[in-house]
Amino acid sequence: MLSPSFTAKPYRAPMLTEPMPTMRDSNPIPLASRPLAIEARGLVKRFDKTLAVDGIDISVPEGAIYGILGPNGAGKTTTLRMLLGIIDPDEGVRRVFGHDRPHEIARLIGYLPEERGLYPSMKCDEAIAFLGALRGRPLAEGRARGRELLGKHGMGHAGDRQIRQLSKGMAQTVQLLGTLVHRPRLVVLDEPFSGLDAINQGKLELLIRDLAAEGATVIFSTHVIHHAERLCDEVAIIAGGRVPYAGSVDVARDRIPAQVRLETARADGRWRAALPGDARHDARDSGSHFWYFPLPESGTEALLRALIEGEAGVLSLSIERAGLHDAFVAIAGEAAARALEENKDEARR
Amino acid sequence: MRTGFGLESRQLTEALPSARLSALQAAWVIARRDFLAILFSRAFFFFLLGPLFPLAVGALAGSVGSKVERTVQTNVVAVAMAPGDNDRMVEAANAIGPRLADAIPNFSPVPEGDPRAILAEQGKGYAAVVTGTPASPQLTGPRGELDRWSGAVGLVAAQAAGSAEVAFAPVAIAVVQQSTAAARTDRIRTAQAGQLLLFLLTMLLAGMVLSNLVEEKANKIIEVLAAAIPMDAVFMGKLFAMLGVSFVGIAVWGAGAGLFALANGEVLASLPAPAVGWPAFIALGIAYFAMAYLLLGALFLSIGALATTVREVQTLSMPVTMLQLVVFFIAAYALTAPGSWFEIGALAFPLSGPFAMLARAALAEPLWPHALALAWQGLWVVVFTRAGAALFKRRVMKSGKAGARAGAKCFRFFHTKTQRG
Repeated sequence: MLSPSFTAKPYRAPMLTEPMPTMRDSNPIPLASRPLAIEARGLVKRFDKTLAVDGIDISVPEGAIYGILGPNGAGKTTTLRMLLGIIDPDEGVRRVFGHDRPHEIARLIGYLPEERGLYPSMKCDEAIAFLGALRGRPLAEGRARGRELLGKHGMGHAGDRQIRQLSKGMAQTVQLLGTLVHRPRLVVLDEPFSGLDAINQGKLELLIRDLAAEGATVIFSTHVIHHAERLCDEVAIIAGGRVPYAGSVDVARDRIPAQVRLETARADGRWRAALPGDARHDARDSGSHFWYFPLPESGTEALLRALIEGEAGVLSLSIERAGLHDAFVAIAGEAAARALEENKDEARR
Repeated sequence: MRTGFGLESRQLTEALPSARLSALQAAWVIARRDFLAILFSRAFFFFLLGPLFPLAVGALAGSVGSKVERTVQTNVVAVAMAPGDNDRMVEAANAIGPRLADAIPNFSPVPEGDPRAILAEQGKGYAAVVTGTPASPQLTGPRGELDRWSGAVGLVAAQAAGSAEVAFAPVAIAVVQQSTAAARTDRIRTAQAGQLLLFLLTMLLAGMVLSNLVEEKANKIIEVLAAAIPMDAVFMGKLFAMLGVSFVGIAVWGAGAGLFALANGEVLASLPAPAVGWPAFIALGIAYFAMAYLLLGALFLSIGALATTVREVQTLSMPVTMLQLVVFFIAAYALTAPGSWFEIGALAFPLSGPFAMLARAALAEPLWPHALALAWQGLWVVVFTRAGAALFKRRVMKSGKAGARAGAKCFRFFHTKTQRG
């Protein structure tokens, strides 16, 4: 059976060196100047005695690709459900396109939940049409658009097939198309990449970019950071029910100092004083020595001068900028540790 | 800064006046899907055939029972006279029999012989044996059979001997359905029959709502629905879809029963006419069935919302089934205490109201209390549905295991109770 495809375009993995196409390419208005599609302030949600979400603030500009990142159980799904009005927050306010009650603008929203679900006995085009009907699109129109979308995404042959006859990946594609059938202005995807193979993950990335290029706001949650790094204009990192960071991917990465990777011929000398005290040393069998440490605030020029003057025998030196993954681990880890400490304090009291 | 709440976000719907479905439209989308899906499912076909099974079993049991009865108590009497006398006895029995129904036994002519030997013949099962002549018959058999048939045999023998011609005076017949003096007493039978039918139908059909919601949760589509439309509309749509399916079922069963009644004579004629008349009574029966079904369905939906597995559903639904029985007994008992506080309570309590009011339709003529009762019950349908939807939102739509914990806690409570009980 052919793999389901999210787009008829041939998939080509983007080169790491080429810039990711984002809304900034098609929308001349910078993100910071756009009106907000979603605003949330101080969202709190408790389930019995468990504090699932503890004062979350989120601002998603229109037309942005926005990532909600967090470890498992961080409160991502609860946050999305509150934003969509599936559950109400215990405290705080949220607005979607300026509306306090997201159901009032259901036609503008498309939502793919983490737990995918369709009626097994429904045919694919009917399932898409039904999802459209829930958002106000007439059934006949939805059926026609469903067939069009299926054809466009390489599943034209499956329109008359029942959902139960499809593979998991194909059923997931049908649900995703059902999420988009009514041409929503805001697309919310909860862990959209889970359950997809690498090829289809790439196709989904392209689809998300296409949606944003057409002007839709896309917000998705994930705990796999590289998707967010490749796609998102902005991210919110959720950990322990809070948002320790919300903003652009670049700023998040800049929170972690760049790492220096130095290779010297000698192990010791006057030049060692120029290295930070916590620099990690790794002696190789080849006789060379590797040193790893954060880029000093004084910069690379002073460091290089000290190394040369001290005759360290520099073989190589590279400066590696932190990735979103490192930033995420640092930010989320710190927040989770803080939350743990607070819980302990509370328990002691 | 962009974070000034509400200052820089714009209401996109200003240009889109219909940015959402109304509650009714949303309920209609759900109802239409559920109705068609259930109607064209194999399960519904078997569901329609459902009542045939108890009927078939009943018919089979009846047939076996009557056969057993025939075996135990026969009404065949052997006639062992001279051949000419045998013929005369059979002719006389045939002449008198139709006028006296079961009072005359079936005569089976056998060759003359020892009556004890004839009675002892295997596989014949004669109740008694008549020997001698029509003028001087002798009946041989067990004491009970002799007491039962001696008069009839004497009458037939007298007719066969031609000594006493049996003459029947003509009797004029006037049929009435009931005596006016006992009208209320008789109508109670109609009320009871109406209540029983209503109870059986709600019992049979309300469980369908429950299994439907559990299936929905198993399909995990409920979150898609909850994100797109208000949960009240989801619940309402499901309830009305199931009500529609129930009406289809009732229509099919009613048509079947009607055909059966046409083939076998009038059925309703055997019941006294209700106080409001048959057409109004049937219309009220349909309305009260709808109310009873919607109220119970809303209750079942709430239970379905709490449960996460079919096993949990079964455990949680048991107390509701018990409640259903209690409600039925309350309504049935209210019949015996007209005008009492107990009856008023049964009429006002939303779950027993439909049963009690249907009985009232059989007993009292005024129609306005029914309009009031239907409005009152309709109000409770809305309350139950909204409460169920709120419970669903609060208890089930939780991330991770919290939702499951809530359902499991409730499940454990009932499970422990039932285990102890």
